[in-house]
Amino acid sequence: MDAKVDMPITERAKLSVKNLNFYYGNFHALKNINLDIPEKKVTAFIGPSGCGKSTLLRTLNRMFELYPEQRAEGQILLDGDDILASKDDVSLVRAKIGMVFQKPTPFPMSIYDNIAFGVRLFETLPRVEMDERVEWALKKAALWGEVKDKLNQSGSGLSGGQQQRLCIARGIAIKPEILLLDEPCSALDPISTGKIEELIHELKADYTVAIVTHNMQQAARCSDYTAYMYLGDLIEFGPTAELFMKPKRKDTEDYITGRFG
Amino acid sequence: MSTATALDTKRLAMHAKRKRVNAVALTLSLAAMAFGLFWLLWILFETVRLGVGGLALATFTEMTPPPMAETGGLANAIFGTVMMVGLATLLGTPIGVLAGVYLAEYGQKTWLGSTVRFINDILLSAPSIVVGLFIYAVVVAKMKSFSGYAGILALALIVIPVVIRTTENMLSLIPNALREAAYALGTPKWKVIMSVTLKSARAGVLTGILLALARISGETAPLLFTALSNQFWTSDLGAPMASLPVTIFKFAMSPYENWQKLAWAGVFIITIGVLLLNILARVLFKNKH
Repeated sequence: MDAKVDMPITERAKLSVKNLNFYYGNFHALKNINLDIPEKKVTAFIGPSGCGKSTLLRTLNRMFELYPEQRAEGQILLDGDDILASKDDVSLVRAKIGMVFQKPTPFPMSIYDNIAFGVRLFETLPRVEMDERVEWALKKAALWGEVKDKLNQSGSGLSGGQQQRLCIARGIAIKPEILLLDEPCSALDPISTGKIEELIHELKADYTVAIVTHNMQQAARCSDYTAYMYLGDLIEFGPTAELFMKPKRKDTEDYITGRFG
Repeated sequence: MSTATALDTKRLAMHAKRKRVNAVALTLSLAAMAFGLFWLLWILFETVRLGVGGLALATFTEMTPPPMAETGGLANAIFGTVMMVGLATLLGTPIGVLAGVYLAEYGQKTWLGSTVRFINDILLSAPSIVVGLFIYAVVVAKMKSFSGYAGILALALIVIPVVIRTTENMLSLIPNALREAAYALGTPKWKVIMSVTLKSARAGVLTGILLALARISGETAPLLFTALSNQFWTSDLGAPMASLPVTIFKFAMSPYENWQKLAWAGVFIITIGVLLLNILARVLFKNKH
């Protein structure tokens, strides 16, 4: 399928994906993807299971490179620089592009150290500044009030929703420019989901956010732009309101209406 | 209506059958457990009964006595065992953990990884007397002397495969999501392993080390041809060294009553020692987390 998609986007593109193809061994998982992720907006990726939305997210911070049988071709421009062709160490790319996963993954250490861990990788801060940074990140992630009296306790003692906000705080603490969220609410109850959605809304003041979600209402609620993907193709991409209200393509409409009933 | 009743009857019959099968399985499992526990408790009981009888302050302060002596203890054997088991664990643990990390984190699917894993499994199941003879041939025969060093090497060779196996297994149980989360922050690989995966798996890795330690505490065969034994106190690792298992072996087979008593005391000391180490490790680990 021709992936030329209308892009009625006027914002500056923070990440620009150009002619991206992705392979799991011989399986062609992403087919010639082109899209611009606008700066300080929330971009949602929706589509049925196996459509490649998580795969796309995992190419954006070169996470796929952990697995030798996976490879990507094409360009991903971060502020104009191709991160796929970059000679820089991949750690530096990942420091700029944070990621939060489907299941909460607290590290086996205290709540404080969970946040400080990433910061210590790139900065040497005096104790006072580190304390401030931890507090700042936890406040940003709307978790400070719940954990401020037990920063020395293990992160795995928190509830699922709290753990996920801890992971978001950990991602924010290293001050990335972009935050990738891979179905961050799929393992959470509605109240925790609500908190994280509010959080996403606040995060876009400072960060560019890309979120993969199975939940279309969630995409509709918290994103500015939405991309609909199917079988490795980018079918439609545009402002969320437009894509949900009057989709340009029949496929998109079928998917959206099928779910909304 | 009649079909519903027929279905009910069938359900009841099936349910009754399941209950019968369950009762039989439960009885068999309980019987097997009781059978196993019976021997274990008997062994422990005899160890305590006969061991405590041979135990005295002199057991810890005096050297192994000649036959039919009035006094005597196991001081040199206890010291030798603590020394050799301790040093063998210190030597074998880092090698085992590092090799386990290689197998789990770097070489899972590589040719080298599978070869090492295969050879390690063979080493794991090799009879310990083979290890003893091997060290005899390559160390004792070359140095023309039995020595504590040779004993340590033989015991370390038993520790290594156990630690490699458990470390690899425990690391493989860590979900990939945790590794990815660490990488996503820009963490370098060595740091991911040190601070995240190995730390998550530390309870399991520690258990593996303790298992190895417990196993070599009672190993006799690898020491027979390597450290041999020594009637006297020595802290010189270049000389033959006494150990509890070899002393027990020698004393228990003898016709002398004082030796037999000390053999039982030795058995008791090994059992309690290993038990205490296990409890200690568990307590220490609990406090940490």
